[in-house]
Amino acid sequence: MMTINQIQDELIEDFELFDDWETKYEYIIDLGKKLKPLPKELKTDENIIKGCQSQVWLDAKMSDGLLHFDADSEAIIVKGLVSLLLKVLSDQTPEAVASAELYFIEKIGLSSHLAQTRSNGLASMVKQMKNYATAYRVLNSN
Amino acid sequence: MNKPKTALDIEKIRSDFPILNEAVNGKSLVYFDNAATTQKPSVVINALTDYYGHYNANIHRGLHALAEKATFAFENSRHSLQRFLNAALVEEIIFTYGTTDGINLVAQTFGRRFLGQGDEIIISTLEHHSNIVPWQMLCEERGCVLRVIPINEQGELRMDEYEKMLSERTKLVSVVHVSNSLGTINPVKTIIEKAHAVGAKVLIDGAQATSHMEVDVQALDCDFYVFSLHKLYGPTGLGVLYGKKAILDAMPPYRGGGEMIKEVTFEKTTYNDLPYKFEAGTPNIADVVAALTAVQYVDELGKTNMAAYENELLRYATEQLGDIDGLRIVGQAAEKISVVSFVLAGIHPQDIGTILDQQGIAIRTGHHCTQPLMNRLGLPSGTARASFAVYNTFAEIDKLVQGIRKVQKMML
Repeated sequence: MMTINQIQDELIEDFELFDDWETKYEYIIDLGKKLKPLPKELKTDENIIKGCQSQVWLDAKMSDGLLHFDADSEAIIVKGLVSLLLKVLSDQTPEAVASAELYFIEKIGLSSHLAQTRSNGLASMVKQMKNYATAYRVLNSN
Repeated sequence: MNKPKTALDIEKIRSDFPILNEAVNGKSLVYFDNAATTQKPSVVINALTDYYGHYNANIHRGLHALAEKATFAFENSRHSLQRFLNAALVEEIIFTYGTTDGINLVAQTFGRRFLGQGDEIIISTLEHHSNIVPWQMLCEERGCVLRVIPINEQGELRMDEYEKMLSERTKLVSVVHVSNSLGTINPVKTIIEKAHAVGAKVLIDGAQATSHMEVDVQALDCDFYVFSLHKLYGPTGLGVLYGKKAILDAMPPYRGGGEMIKEVTFEKTTYNDLPYKFEAGTPNIADVVAALTAVQYVDELGKTNMAAYENELLRYATEQLGDIDGLRIVGQAAEKISVVSFVLAGIHPQDIGTILDQQGIAIRTGHHCTQPLMNRLGLPSGTARASFAVYNTFAEIDKLVQGIRKVQKMML
C-alpha cells in the first residue's frame, strides 16, 4: 500500500506534465466526471458540508482497519478536487490521515481552491476527514 | 465593428483606474464584479494617501491646525453627499460603515422605538440578506410581522400584490432600489407614495442604484435612503444613511460613546444633535474625506452619460450572451441596470466562475446574498453574474462571450 506522501509525490509528478491551465483543469474536470456519485441514501444532512457556493457530501467508514471515504459535490471542478483528496486520504489508517500534511495541493498550483474565499466546502472537507480520523483513532485505541 | 455611442472618453476613464492594468492568471484583468464593489480611480486613492500624509488628526474637538483641516475636509464631504442625494439639510446625512450598517441602525432605533406587536414591515423577494435579517431580528424581538412582495417571471415586483398588502398595520416598507442579483430597477417612487398613503415610513436600499442613476431623496420623498461608497468608486467601510430630520430627531441614539454626547455625568447623559447623535466614536475620517473625490469624479463624468453608456453595455451583453446555446439570462425586467445574471445548462455556476477566473475574467457566482430570491427562481445554486461599470468595454464583453464558450467546451 502506498503511503499518503508517496501518493502525493506521484500526483505532483503527474501534474508536472500539464504545461497550461487548460489541460490541468480538463484533467480535474475529467476526474470530477469519473468520480462515482454518492448514493442518494448517503447524501444525508449529516454528511453535508455546506459551502457558500456549492456543497460537498462526505461519508466515512472503517473497513479492515482502514478509513474509507466516499464524497461528492454538485460542482464538477470541486468534485475533481474531491477525487484527488480521496486518492490521497482514503483507505489509509486513521493515524496516517490524522497526521497527514497535505503539501500536494500547493505544489500542483491549486491551493486557492482550498482558500476561505472559494467557499466551496473543500477546506471544511479536509478538516472533517481529519476529525473522522481522530475519532476512529480514539475508538480503535479503546 | 461594434462600437458603443457615448459622450465619454472610455480609454481616458480606464487610465484613471490603475487596477485595470493588473494581470490575473497571466491575462489582462476583465473586471465584471462591479455590483460587489467598483474599482477606485487614482483621485480616490490619492485622497487617502494625501489625508494620512498631510493632515491626519482627530476631528471636531482638536484646536490645532491639523484637526481644523481634517474637520473641514470631513464636513465638506458631508455637504457634497447632501448635494449628491439632494437632501434638504446637511444634518440628514449620517455616516455609517455601509448599507448593512445603515439598515441595522434604522431597525435598532426607529424599529425598536416605533414598531410593536402585530405591526407589519413589508420587504420584497428581491432583497439582499442585509435588508431581510435586521427586520427578522426586529420582528422576533418586537412581535411584528414581516411581509414579502412577490415577483413576476421577469423578476419585477408584483405591484398589485404590494397594494393588497398595505393597510393601517403597515408601519415600514423597506425595499431595494435596484436588485443586486437581477438588476431590476424598482418603481420606488410609486412604492413610497402608496406606503405614505397608509401612513407607513419607507426605507430604500440604494446600494446598487447610486452609481447608475440620479437619486433625489426629496423628489422620491423616501424617509430613509442607505448606500455604500465602495460601490460608487469610493472607499470601503463607509456608507451613508439619509433620513428626514423630523424622523431622525424622534429616534433614540444607536451606539453610545464619544462624539454622540452633549454632556455626560454619571447620573445622566444628554445626546448631541444630528448628525452626531448617530456617529459615536472616532469616525472613518480618511474614507469620508476620500469619498468627496469619488462623488466629484462621478459628477464630472455625469450620471446621465454613465447610465447611457452602461445601458449600451447591457444591451450589447444581453444580445451577445443571448446567442450562446444553453445560456439563459435570469431577470428580464423592462427596467434594468447593467447587470446580467445567467445560468448555463448542465454547468454549476461555480464551475463557470472558476474557468472564467483562469481566463482573467472576474464575475460573481452563487446566490449573491439573496438566497430567498434564488429559491423563488428555482436556482438554489444561484447564477453567474456579470455586472458592468463605466470603465468596461464592448471588447471585454466579447472576451466574456469567448470565455463562456470555453467553459462550455471544457465542461460539457
